[in-house]
Amino acid sequence: MTSNHMHDHGGDVNHVGADAMTGIRDWNTESIRRDFPILKREVNGTRLVYLDNAATSQKPVQVIAELTRYYRDYNANIHRGVHTLSQEATAAYEGVREKIARFIGAKRPEEIIFTRNTTEAINLVAHTWARANLQAGDEILISELEHHSNIVPWQMLRDERGIVLKYIPMLQDGTLDMAVARTLIGPKTKLLSITQMSNALGTIIPVRELADLAHAQGAIVLVDGAQGVPHLATDVTAIGADFLAFSAHKMLGPTGIGVLWGRYALLEAMPPFMGGGDMILSVTMEQSTWNDVPHKFEAGTPNIADTIAFGTAIDYLSALGMDAVHQHESDLLGYALDRMVDVPGITIYGPEDRSIRGGVLSFSLDGIHPHDIGQVLDSHGVAIRAGHHCAQPVMACLEIPATARASFYIYNTREEVDVLVDATREVVRFFGGVHA
Amino acid sequence: MPDAALEDLYREILLDHYRNPRHHGHLDAANHKADGANPLCGDQITIEATVNADGRIEDIAFSGAGCSISQASSSMMTVYVAGHTTAEALRAVETFQQMMLTGEAPSTAEQDLGDIEALAGVAKFPVRVKCASLAWKTLQQALQSQTAAAVTTDERSE
Ligand SMILES: Cc1ncc(COP(=O)(O)O)c(C=O)c1O
Repeated sequence: MTSNHMHDHGGDVNHVGADAMTGIRDWNTESIRRDFPILKREVNGTRLVYLDNAATSQKPVQVIAELTRYYRDYNANIHRGVHTLSQEATAAYEGVREKIARFIGAKRPEEIIFTRNTTEAINLVAHTWARANLQAGDEILISELEHHSNIVPWQMLRDERGIVLKYIPMLQDGTLDMAVARTLIGPKTKLLSITQMSNALGTIIPVRELADLAHAQGAIVLVDGAQGVPHLATDVTAIGADFLAFSAHKMLGPTGIGVLWGRYALLEAMPPFMGGGDMILSVTMEQSTWNDVPHKFEAGTPNIADTIAFGTAIDYLSALGMDAVHQHESDLLGYALDRMVDVPGITIYGPEDRSIRGGVLSFSLDGIHPHDIGQVLDSHGVAIRAGHHCAQPVMACLEIPATARASFYIYNTREEVDVLVDATREVVRFFGGVHA
Repeated sequence: MPDAALEDLYREILLDHYRNPRHHGHLDAANHKADGANPLCGDQITIEATVNADGRIEDIAFSGAGCSISQASSSMMTVYVAGHTTAEALRAVETFQQMMLTGEAPSTAEQDLGDIEALAGVAKFPVRVKCASLAWKTLQQALQSQTAAAVTTDERSE
């Protein structure tokens, strides 16, 4: 680093004591909340209660400041300038690769490929690794709990290549049918692509167990970490992943930046994704030779500003400690579940066993459509998601059109859960007497 | 309710149609039919109509599931168009869509939509306009085609 301004964050990333990694003892939600100016906002005349974190998280001032700082102080294109600004920008950008590698336990920073989001990361694997390695008759195994972005790319590949797409069924409690999973994973399975945590129901998936079964058959394992990485301590080796995809915007970072992590040997053997500048070593009129991993997969000028600000988001979460993050959310979820069960006519979806639930509370109210729930909650300043959560197979399995979903993050409080519960009771009163 | 806009959205007449939907079910002798869906909120509707040789809607029914706005709008729509000619019904569809754009009840007597004007408040909630419009778009589809047709509003992703 040729300049020290990259270390100079907009505020202290210091909300916990020195033993942040070991526990929640010193967790200070009030101090965290001060870093999120949006939480002071009023919506419909009341204080915003933001419970749509599974869709996207809010951003702390440190991240917002880093975005501005880059544009103000050292904006330049990367990897191609000898001048000072370009060197600073390149160092900051590449520094984020290192941070992320450490954050997910990757062996080397080159294994981090920047994409736009999780969706693009999964599509990258579908376009490069899968097209180079899969043939007609090969099987891809996903699950009924997947987000559309981990379904549609494989359906497209199936239709194009005659690949067989199979689904691990989900049970009514929102867990996967592991007995059937064992029978589905076989010698024809070439890819297991599985979510780490369900965005619709919050189920934490036994990824390692499934990965071991898949690896025993020689298959490759892609983990959709869009919900897992922001909320659970994630180590790529521990979960048994060969690829991991996630998005910055769900973990305090900006929109427009995501990550594909892959084992180096796999990435090295893969053909490039898009063609253009930065991804080549040399170009003649006849042909080009590919640049090294990861640049081979990052054609054109990347999203420099958002990547750098994503690094600040990683710093923020690292300072809190991901175990503490999960513990905070589990505490809130437990409190919310205990209070919400008493709301008349409520059905809460997802596993009974709270130890396999992330901070997601998906529910419905008898005879009241989730869209109406969302509308009335919004009038109380409570932002939740109502819909199928881009997981229509989950809704089909539960035989419901949609759910209302509250999802928590580091800045949410028990008082906010109280507002949610009271507002949900209002919904029941308002639409009361409606036939189911 | 803390919010006047919300009361404007969920008018009493609308909640009444939601709780006690009229013309809900199926017809034995329908000669017009269409399905509509609003994937964002999971609203689904089927409209069946019996249109006689004079082009008059003798009977109409809707079925399906959806939010209060889409269900109430469907119910109110069926009450309005039953007994009207298809030409009148199609004109009402246009008047309704205009009302969703402007948030204003129609100004002329021949465009009078009666109770349905209670839905004008929906225009303030752009996401819900789709819910309110679904029944009308599906009606249009049903009247314009004898065979089953499907209407789908576009989907936003998460
Ligand atoms: C489990 C899961 N996978 C994938 C995605 C897609 O993420 P993005 O829209 O950032 O590509 C999401 C986002 O909601 C998700 O929850």
